Amino acid sequence: MSSTITTSLGGHIRGATVRGRARGGDTSPKSILFLVALWFSLFVAFSFLIVLIVTTVIDGWPRFDLRLFTEYPAADPEEAGARPAILGSIWVIITTALLAIPLGVAAAVHMEEFADKKNWFNRIVELNIQNLAAVPSIVYGLLALAFLVLMGVQNRNIVIAGAFTLSLLILPVIIIATREALRAVPMEIRQGSLALGATELQTVMRQTLPASVPGIATGSILALSRALGEAAPLLLLGALVFVSFDPNGLLSGYTTMPIQIFNWVGRPQEGFAILASATSILLLGILLAMNALAIIIRNRYQQRW
Amino acid sequence: MSRIKFTGITVAAVATALVLSACGGQSTEAGTDEDGGATGAVVADGSSTVAPLTEAAADAFRDVEPGINVTVATSGTGGGFAAFCAGETDISNASRSISDEEIATCEENGIEFTEIIMANDGLSVIVPLENDWAECLTVDQLATMWSPESEGSVTNWNQIDPSFPDVPLALFGAGTDSGTFDYFTDAVNGEEGAIRTDYSPSEDDNITIQGVTGEAGGVGFLGLSYVAENADVLRGVAIDGGAGCVEANVETVQDGTYTPLSRPLFIYVANTSYTENAAVKTFVDFYVAEAASIAEAAVFVPLTDEQIQVATDELASLAG
Repeated sequence: MSSTITTSLGGHIRGATVRGRARGGDTSPKSILFLVALWFSLFVAFSFLIVLIVTTVIDGWPRFDLRLFTEYPAADPEEAGARPAILGSIWVIITTALLAIPLGVAAAVHMEEFADKKNWFNRIVELNIQNLAAVPSIVYGLLALAFLVLMGVQNRNIVIAGAFTLSLLILPVIIIATREALRAVPMEIRQGSLALGATELQTVMRQTLPASVPGIATGSILALSRALGEAAPLLLLGALVFVSFDPNGLLSGYTTMPIQIFNWVGRPQEGFAILASATSILLLGILLAMNALAIIIRNRYQQRW
Repeated sequence: MSRIKFTGITVAAVATALVLSACGGQSTEAGTDEDGGATGAVVADGSSTVAPLTEAAADAFRDVEPGINVTVATSGTGGGFAAFCAGETDISNASRSISDEEIATCEENGIEFTEIIMANDGLSVIVPLENDWAECLTVDQLATMWSPESEGSVTNWNQIDPSFPDVPLALFGAGTDSGTFDYFTDAVNGEEGAIRTDYSPSEDDNITIQGVTGEAGGVGFLGLSYVAENADVLRGVAIDGGAGCVEANVETVQDGTYTPLSRPLFIYVANTSYTENAAVKTFVDFYVAEAASIAEAAVFVPLTDEQIQVATDELASLAG
């Protein structure tokens, strides 16, 4: 899941330039073979997605009903639902967004607009952020666990701790996306603003940043959809698998949809497997909707200079 | 690490720490809500095998005390004890007794605890009714049948015992996700997760039953309760754990003679949580009082009257 999103993110950002060049009139056997290979890769990836969606929907449809949204987990699969997991996912993702997006955008603005790019320290930072985007999510779980233990935090399975972990996970992605978006703003805009007497800060706040909002929004939404699908780093923090109350704050215990699915899939009763599929339909639906939103924002608001 | 990011993490960390320390005692507070019902929180962690039992208890408990929030996590028996002995949880679910090292950790941190057996777990080895040769299998024979070394080489009943007929083996059982799988592989092959890969795994026990009954040479393993429900098509095999053949049934699981495929399931309760947190006391009392129906809801073998008495007595002495 994570690699798909990272790739598609790269595609979103670089798509504009690649598209211009790929449509050549080259008809040599090599390039046709390459084109076939590309189409085959696309076909494999796409058919996996279709098979996944179709089988999940077939398995889970009988329980994709109101009970899934209103009921709490129970010993009897017929009476169980994913209400706390759905609410938990909402709490965690909104908190993650509030933590990660301002921090990530600020970091990117600093690196792109203010930092001295020839400075060795800044270059190391840049290299690290590029690499961090590819680090497996479980490593972020370990990092957050070690950090929270070091800080003496006992309740690691609360909303703010989970959001903190997921924020670490998606920060590099947001930073990279924001930097790409900022870089796409032509230098003339900045120079024009400065020439009219605006300060550097005013130039960033009134020209560069507003112009790159579509790119930032696209990157942030894709990053958040990655965070929404994560279970591993949260399980490492000792996330709860059974919550029978609605989360009601940052310090509240929580479970999320991926964790609930993970818990149900391990049960012997068939009813729980169906329930897990039903929850997966919901999760898949939300993820596809978020990705669609990202694409719409990109297509509608992206400026061509 | 970038200066901004570092600053950001520090800010987030300080904020988190402040918020958490300000409300650190949240889980141990108990009180009453406006309607006079009890409120509070009970934190349980530990074995994923025992988790469905505590979840079933929490599920039933919500109907009685909706104001008390019971949460269950599954860090595994060992991970659960680590958190328990650090004072982070009220209840630790365990599929084995606490080890000496874990007791030492608990003592270091001043955590006193009470061990309560909440249910019994039993596994059956099943064959179809048409199988008239395997009345009893030794643990060694089971190991021959299921060990990783047998993969591809042991494929016939007469390889298990020369007196058995020439019938091909068809193996079915729980898949790797289940506690049943961990337990069976540990008891039979001596290592959790060690099993030949050329058997048909399923997380759905009903598929295991269909597979076993579909072939004369079928054999499988699953939770004890499924055998009684399907006595018209299959039967359990008696197991010789070194002290003669013992049939698998509720009595032999409860009295522990059915070895090595039966075991008690424990919860460990922190004494201070029980005496000082009304929510924990109410929950654990309910858990013990309703142990039989909870065990049935979670598809485990319930406690004997004797075991319930022991549990009740332990709680009574704890309450002082």
